[in-house]
Amino acid sequence: MNINATLIAQAIMFALFVWFCMKFVWPPIMDALAARQKQIADGLAAADRGKHELELAAKKANQELNAAKEKASDIIAQADKRASEIVEEAKGNAKVEGDRIITGAKAEIEQEVNRAKEGLRQQVSALAVAGAEKILRKEIDAKAHADMLKTIANEL
Amino acid sequence: MASESITSSEYIKHHLQNLTCTLQEGHFHCAHSAAEAKEMGFWALNVDTLVMSFLTGVIFLFFFYRAARKASTGVPSGLVNFVEWVIEFIDNSVRGSFTGRNPLVAPLALTIFAWIWLINLMDLVPIDFVGQLIALYDPHMYWKLVPSTDPNATFGLSLSVFVLVVYYSIKMKGPGGFFAELAYQPFGKFAAPINLFLEGVSLLSKPVSLSLRLFGNMYAGEMIFILIALMGGAWATASVGSVTLFGSQILLSLGWAIFHILIITLQAFIFMTLTIVYLDMAHQEHH
Repeated sequence: MNINATLIAQAIMFALFVWFCMKFVWPPIMDALAARQKQIADGLAAADRGKHELELAAKKANQELNAAKEKASDIIAQADKRASEIVEEAKGNAKVEGDRIITGAKAEIEQEVNRAKEGLRQQVSALAVAGAEKILRKEIDAKAHADMLKTIANEL
Repeated sequence: MASESITSSEYIKHHLQNLTCTLQEGHFHCAHSAAEAKEMGFWALNVDTLVMSFLTGVIFLFFFYRAARKASTGVPSGLVNFVEWVIEFIDNSVRGSFTGRNPLVAPLALTIFAWIWLINLMDLVPIDFVGQLIALYDPHMYWKLVPSTDPNATFGLSLSVFVLVVYYSIKMKGPGGFFAELAYQPFGKFAAPINLFLEGVSLLSKPVSLSLRLFGNMYAGEMIFILIALMGGAWATASVGSVTLFGSQILLSLGWAIFHILIITLQAFIFMTLTIVYLDMAHQEHH
């Protein structure tokens, strides 16, 4: 255990090791650590941003959805209204048409009735005349019979 | 374990002697006894200390350099992860204690911590493993495995730190500022000699305490390993007593080794932290 030149050699070795460490070991590792730290920080920031954007998008989607729902219900309401309108209109038209048809039919029936009446009247009067001729040929009281016929014809 | 032919005292002395070599009459000669080593004077080298220091230092730099080459922003692999963990630990220590700006301090702290830790770790190698291997080559050759049990190694480190402290003190404060710091406090300008004496002692005590703390702890630890190893020395004679001693040796060296894991880390950490603190003080301008 004597102090000798080992001390100097040890100091020189120490200096060389420190120099090597300072030159080739410390800076690259610190750089890598700093770079990784930055990368992680960036990643976290990006994640935060993404989250924020997602929130915004969700909000927007919700809004859009609500607007669409509103619009849809508007459209449905409108359609309902329109449908009932159409139904009402159709009902009205049908009624008018029906009325018209009924009126037409009634008029026709009346016409037919009148025509039939007229025909009947003439036929009855012809029949009566024929009947009268036959009667007259046997016993003629033309005047009295003609009055009777007239009353009958009027009664028809 | 000591072989039968040598006494306990010789065994201990053998383990505490460095392999001291010097150039004598043109060729490299290594001392075969403590007295011979002493005779060689200052211009001799403790080859074992230097070789072990160099090997541990190279191991440290090899792994850290490889990690530095591989370090990227991606997911770190095992080695890189470990190295980054150590480096972040050192970086936090430096940030916590060092307020100035100096790119030297952090790598210096890392080198001190990792290197001293590896050097101290040699203390956990069973003390006779390497000794017996060396003895196969030359039975008279000494080989002290732990450089930090050699005051040359610890003083080599602490004096380097001391030089840095003085250098940065003068660089940051100027020669006048450095002198003022030593001479004008704590008692004011008129007590300059007393101040100079007090501050001088405290300045010089820095490297001494730094190296002797490390040396003392490791030397004492090594000594206890040697004493524990001696216990089983009588193992060869198969008696109840010797078997008990052998068992105690195993248990005690295991316990002491486990405790020593704490000590070697603590000593490396203390050396590093104090270096940072001393350099921080050197960078601070008080007035």
